[in-house]
Amino acid sequence: MSVKNTAKKRPPIRLGMGDKVFYTINALFLGLMALIVIYPLYFIVIAAISDPDAVLGGKVVLYPVQITMDGFKRILQEKSIWTGYLNTIIYTALTVVLALAVTVPAGWALSRKTVPGKKLWMIYFIIPMFFGGGLIPFYNVMSSLGLVGSMWAVVLPSILSVWNLFMTKTFFESSIPDGLVEAAKIDGAGEYRIFTSLVLPLSKAILAVMALYYAIGQWNSYFNAMIFLQDEAKYPLQLVLKEILIASESTMGGSGETILEQYRMANQIKYVSVIVSSVPVLMLYPFVQKYFSQGVMIGSLKG
Amino acid sequence: MRKVKAGPNGAALTADLSPSKLRARRRWRRLRENHPFLVMLIPAVLVVFLFNYLPIYGVLIAFQDFMPGDPILGKYTRWIGFENFTRFFTDVQFWPLMKNTFLLCIIGFVIGFPLPIIIALMLNAMKGRRMAKVLQTIFNGPHFISLVVLVGMLTLFFGRYGLVNNIAAGLGGDRKSYFLESGAFRPLYILSSNWQDFGWSAIIYIAALSNVDPGQHEAAILDGASRFQRVLHVDLPAIMPMVSVMLIMSIGGLMGVGYEKALLMQTDGNLGVSELIATYVYKQGLTGVPDQGYATAIGLFNSIINVVLLIIANTTSKKFSENSLW
Repeated sequence: MSVKNTAKKRPPIRLGMGDKVFYTINALFLGLMALIVIYPLYFIVIAAISDPDAVLGGKVVLYPVQITMDGFKRILQEKSIWTGYLNTIIYTALTVVLALAVTVPAGWALSRKTVPGKKLWMIYFIIPMFFGGGLIPFYNVMSSLGLVGSMWAVVLPSILSVWNLFMTKTFFESSIPDGLVEAAKIDGAGEYRIFTSLVLPLSKAILAVMALYYAIGQWNSYFNAMIFLQDEAKYPLQLVLKEILIASESTMGGSGETILEQYRMANQIKYVSVIVSSVPVLMLYPFVQKYFSQGVMIGSLKG
Repeated sequence: MRKVKAGPNGAALTADLSPSKLRARRRWRRLRENHPFLVMLIPAVLVVFLFNYLPIYGVLIAFQDFMPGDPILGKYTRWIGFENFTRFFTDVQFWPLMKNTFLLCIIGFVIGFPLPIIIALMLNAMKGRRMAKVLQTIFNGPHFISLVVLVGMLTLFFGRYGLVNNIAAGLGGDRKSYFLESGAFRPLYILSSNWQDFGWSAIIYIAALSNVDPGQHEAAILDGASRFQRVLHVDLPAIMPMVSVMLIMSIGGLMGVGYEKALLMQTDGNLGVSELIATYVYKQGLTGVPDQGYATAIGLFNSIINVVLLIIANTTSKKFSENSLW
C-alpha cells in the first residue's frame, strides 16, 4: 500500500515492489558477509579470555565463559614473543625509512615528463612485475651479497615495491599542479629544492600511505626471515608466531590426557598471541582506512 | 662556450649546424637540466637491479649442473642444456604438481575473481551511504591480518582442538584435524583467502563505480528501470574496463599462487594436494640436500607459463575489447 502512495507523490524515486525486495536482499546479504568477517575475529577474542576447558568443551561460541586473564599473564612470560616483537619493530622502522627514501624521489622523477629516458626507465621497472628469477637465484644473490643470516636480508629486499613506486608516481602526476612547479622554477629553485621544499610538503597523504603499506608489509612477512635467518634471537614476530600457532598442528597427533593438557595451555596462548600480534595493525587500520583506499584508487587510475 | 649563445635568438645562431648535431645538442642540454631526476632514480634503480635483475641473470643455473657456491659463469661451469627441464617433465611429481597448482589457482580464481565485483556492485547499490561505508570498513579489515596469523586462525577453527572439533566433541563426536585431511586443504585455502581479501579487492571497483555518471542512472530511472536492472545495465558496463584489466592481471599471476600460505598450511596429511610447483621449488632448492639448478629450472618453467598466460590474456582482450595492458 505505502509503496503505491509514495509512487504517486514522488514519481522520480518511486520504489517498486521489485526494488524493495532488491534493497532488502542486498542489505541482508551484505549483513551476512559482515557477520562472516567479524565472527572469527570475535571468537578469537572471547576464546582468549575464556576458561580453556570451556573452550575445549565447545562451550564458548557466542560469548566468553568464566572470564580469565591467565592467557595474557602467561604470554607476558613468553620471552620469544617479546624478542620477536622488538625485532619486528626494528625491521619495520628501518624498512619504512629506507623505503620512503627510495620510493618517493624515484616516484617524483618518474612522474616528470622531462626525465631523460623516461620510457626506458618505465620498462625497467615494469619487467620485474611480471617476470622474476625465482626463489633460488634470489637466495643466491642474497648469499653472494653476504646478507644471509643478517637482519638486512629481511629489510633490504622490502624497501622497494614497484607497485608502490607506480602508485607514488601516479599521485604526483595527478596532484601536484604543473603551474606550481613552473612558478618555482621561474623563481630560480633547482630541481632538488623544488622536491624538498615544494613537493614533499604537499605530499603528506602519499607519504602516509606509503609508510603504512611498507610497514604493514614488513610487519606481516615471515618468508624472507624464515629462509635467511638462522639465529632465533633475530626472528621477527611472525616467525615466532609460526612456531607457536602452526608448528604443533602437523606434528602432534594421537590422543590422551597429556596431549589434551598440553593443548589446554597451548591453545589459550594461541588465542592470546593472535590478539597481541595483530592489535597494532588492526588499531591503526580504522584511522588510516581513508588513506588506504585513496592509495588503491590512485594506483588504479592508471594501470 | 657555445652554449651561452643559445638565447632568445638561439635558432638563428645554430642555423648553420646540421639537424643531427642540433638534436644532439638539444638532448645534451635536456640531460644537463634534468640530471637531478636521474640522481633521484638511482637508489630505486639500484635496488631493483640487485633484487630483481641479478636473480634473472642467476636463472642461468637452470641450464647448469650447479653446486651451491659455484660462480654462475666460471671456468668449470658444466652446461647441461635442458636436462633439468626434461628431468622435471619426467619426474613422478610433475603431473601431481601441475594438477595441484592448476586446480588451486583455477578454483581460487573462479570464486575469488567475481566475488569482489559482486560485493562492490552491491555496496554501491545500497540505500544507506553511511551503512555502506561502515560495511566497507569491516570488509577491509582482514586484509591486514598476516598470513601466519590467518593460518593460525584456521588451526584454531579447524584444527584438532579448534572450534569445529570442540563443538563436535561437546556433542559427543570424534575429533579430527582438518589440517591432516587432503580433502579439506583446497576449501580451507580458498575460503580463507576470500575471507581475507574480498573487501580489499572490491575497493578498486568501488572507486570505479563512484565515477559513474549520475545522469545515466536518471535516464534509466525515467525509462522505468528497476534498481537491479540499473546494476546490470548501468553499473556493470561502467566498470567493465576495470574488470578486463584486473582479469588480465590475475590471469598473468594465475600460476603464481601464494605459496607462502600453502607452505604454512602443509602437513604430512595433506601434502598430496598441498604440494605446489612453488613449494616444491623451495624444498628442492633450499632444504635438505639442495639441488639448485633443478629447482631453478622448475621455477623458470613456472614463470614462463605465467608470462605466456599474461600475453594470451592481453592479446585476447585486445581483440575482443578496447582494453589491454599494453
